[in-house]
Amino acid sequence: MGLGTFFTSKIDGAIGWARKYSIFQYPFVTACCGMEYMATACSHYDIDRFGAGLPRFSPRQADVLFVVGTISHKMAPVLKRVYDQMTEPKWVVAFGVCTCTGGFYNNYATVQGIDTLIPVDVYIPGCPPRPESVIDGLMKLQDKIAAQAQRY
Amino acid sequence: MDGAAILDALRARFGAGVVEAHDHHGDHTAVVTRDALPGALAFCRDQPELAFDMLMDLTAVDYLKFPGREDGPRFEVVYHLYSVAHNHRVRIKTRVDEDDAVVTSAVPLWPIANWFEREVWDMFGVRFAGHPDPRRLLMYEEFVGHPLRKDYPIDRRQPLIGPAD
Repeated sequence: MGLGTFFTSKIDGAIGWARKYSIFQYPFVTACCGMEYMATACSHYDIDRFGAGLPRFSPRQADVLFVVGTISHKMAPVLKRVYDQMTEPKWVVAFGVCTCTGGFYNNYATVQGIDTLIPVDVYIPGCPPRPESVIDGLMKLQDKIAAQAQRY
Repeated sequence: MDGAAILDALRARFGAGVVEAHDHHGDHTAVVTRDALPGALAFCRDQPELAFDMLMDLTAVDYLKFPGREDGPRFEVVYHLYSVAHNHRVRIKTRVDEDDAVVTSAVPLWPIANWFEREVWDMFGVRFAGHPDPRRLLMYEEFVGHPLRKDYPIDRRQPLIGPAD
C-alpha cells in the first residue's frame, strides 16, 4: 500500500465516522407513518443516540431525506424537487411500505415505490414500522455512510 | 320532526317532483327529479320546521352495470342534510344520465358545497351548473378522466413524473 492510498483510506474512515454521527434528516411526512417517526424521534427511543436528533425543516440543511408516508402522483414532483434541493452528500430512507413499494395502495393515485422517482439507500418496511425497525434501518444507513467512499 | 314527517312535507310541497321516498332503518331518503332539486334543497334549508342548516355530505354513486339498474340513469347525486336546531336528518338524491350529467350547484345554499361539488366533478365527472370555481379538487390538472367511475380502468396510471407502472 502506497503512502497516498494509506492516508486517503484513513481520511475516508475519519470522515465517514464523523458523517454517520451527524445525520441531519429532512422528514418528508405525508401520512400516518409520521406518528411512528415522531415516536421514534422522541425520548423513549431517542435517535439522538445516533447523532440524528435534530431534524432540519429545510432540504438545503439536510443530509438524509426521510420519506415517511404514501406518495401520490400529485406529490411526486414535490418530492423530486425537495430531493434536488438537498446538497451532496445526501441519502434517502424509504420509511414504511407505501414508500418502499406503494404498499396496499395499488391504485390510480399512488406512486408504486419512491425508487421509481429518486434513488433510495435504505428501505424500512412495515405498516407502520416499529421504532425498533426504524432504528435498525438508521444503523444500516450509518454503516453504509461509514463504509462508502467519501467525497469531500 | 321525525323522518316520515319530513318526507311528507317534501311530498306535499313538490308532489311529482319527489320520485320516491323510503325509510331504511330510520334513515329517511327522498329521491327528487333534477328539476325539483334546487327548490327542494332551498325548501329544506329555509322552512322553519325543517331548518336543514348543515350540508353534511354531498357525493355521487355510479350505477353502471348495477344489477337491476342497467337501463336507468347512470349517476345518483346524494345530499346528506342535518339540522342543528331540530337534530334531525334527511337524505336527498337525484338521478342524472351520463350524457347530461349536470346538476344545479348548491353553493348558494351551503358554501361547503363548493369543495364537495369539485370532488364529485373530479371523481365522477358530474358537473354542477353555476359553480363558482369548477376545477378538480383532488387530482392534478393533467389527469384525464374520472377515477371513481366504474368504467375507469383499474390499472390505468397517469403519473406526472416517473414510469407509468
